Amino acid sequence: MTRYYTEDHEWIDVDGDSATVGITDYAQSQLGDIVFAEVPAPGAELKKGGDAAVVESVKAASDVYAPVSGTVTEGNDALEGDPALVNTDPEGEGWFFKLTLSDTSELASLMDADAYKAFVEAL
Amino acid sequence: MSEEELEPIEILELPLGDWHRARGARMVEFAGYHMPIQYEGIMAEHAWTRENAGLFDVSHMGQLMLSGEGAADALEKLVPGDISALKEGRMRYSLLLDEDGGILDDLMVTATPMGLYVVVNGAVKWDDIGFLREHLPDEITINHMDDRALLALQGPNAVDALLRVVPGVDALFFMEAGSFFWGPKSDPELLWISRSGYTGEDGFEISVPASHAKALADALCAQPEVKPIGLGARDSLRLEAGLPLYGHDMNPDIDPVEGNASFAISKRRREEGGFNGADRILKALAQGPAQKLVGFSVDGKMPVREGAPVFAQDTQVGSITSGGFAPSVGAPIAMGYVANAHTAIGTALEAEVRGKRVALTVAALPFIPHHYHRRGKAL
Repeated sequence: MTRYYTEDHEWIDVDGDSATVGITDYAQSQLGDIVFAEVPAPGAELKKGGDAAVVESVKAASDVYAPVSGTVTEGNDALEGDPALVNTDPEGEGWFFKLTLSDTSELASLMDADAYKAFVEAL
Repeated sequence: MSEEELEPIEILELPLGDWHRARGARMVEFAGYHMPIQYEGIMAEHAWTRENAGLFDVSHMGQLMLSGEGAADALEKLVPGDISALKEGRMRYSLLLDEDGGILDDLMVTATPMGLYVVVNGAVKWDDIGFLREHLPDEITINHMDDRALLALQGPNAVDALLRVVPGVDALFFMEAGSFFWGPKSDPELLWISRSGYTGEDGFEISVPASHAKALADALCAQPEVKPIGLGARDSLRLEAGLPLYGHDMNPDIDPVEGNASFAISKRRREEGGFNGADRILKALAQGPAQKLVGFSVDGKMPVREGAPVFAQDTQVGSITSGGFAPSVGAPIAMGYVANAHTAIGTALEAEVRGKRVALTVAALPFIPHHYHRRGKAL
């Protein structure tokens, strides 16, 4: 399994053509207390860079973008009852959705952990 | 275009800017200043204020002193409150009105021995000063006291904490104010303190010379009841308290009756008129406004925010002007304008968020009861 990151602070764990997507610890720390999350339904077709999910803090609503194109296989229903999972375990239990990749070559444009770390430090 | 015009507008620093940073605040631009949005987190800061005491830096707000013979009568042309009847040390919420009765700002007016002390919103203070200068007679002096900071200490334990720092403040009741000495007896500072605020809780607002703001903030935060609180929680607290935010829940297109602020139109002023927009406002009082600011409880967990349209079946009847998750309610709440036919408490409406309908119910304001320390109220 390989983890990639986007400049919009999503992470994606890829295993073959299956993947799990969430927002990074940096993203949750910037958003603050998460009070609501809306995840895509299974079957939803996502396009790389398109709107995929919504995360709302006390202050504001933010979009979560699809790191790559694909078809959603599962949304994280646990976020409905406990959206604060995004704060407490953003890169684990606080995942947003799983998908089947339609074009694994899109992964080439994403960052690895070291590149993302450098990206965040430069912000 | 000259190079000067291309310069970005400089974000200004308030007296406590570095004090906030040193305490781990996340700073944002607000009203042209660097201000703290949060320290440890909005939810925790909100809860702390409701249960203990929160210290808010509101030094971005404009502190004005109107002085000169007839200042109260002159100001009454521009606001619908009974200013001339204000006794020294008493304060009143009022509204600055343009010629058509539209709300230019909401403000607090206190009668002091030096004149009328007026606190206006930071985002519009320069416009307010310009409007007041243009519409008040020349013999009224407007002193913008930008050499003073303004701190708000809010919450049920605010009085205990402040009393240890500034003896005597417990003599004040809600909407009363006075000057108090603070600091060493050899070299005390004079503070102007009111028992008022923007959270729905008991609390105080303290005007302090900018040079002494850090020392006062340190003295207050040394009290076990007190933590510094950012603008994020200030907004969620005021929304739960049903208090409007100027520029969002009120603007120049809205009159005080529409803005759910009829209480600020004093009895004598209703009878006598003589303020900007009196015709429109008194007519709205008598006949009911076309639209009105109301509170909404929100079905489910998805926040409904500013700008969301409000529907009765297929017809848009209004829009949301403030909304978000209410930590003390444990659910989303909102405020907004709807046509007068839909303003009764309990009216079922819908908002549209990201293409989806969300059920709303017109709710009584405030969402969380006020806990003011009112004079004459039995304990």
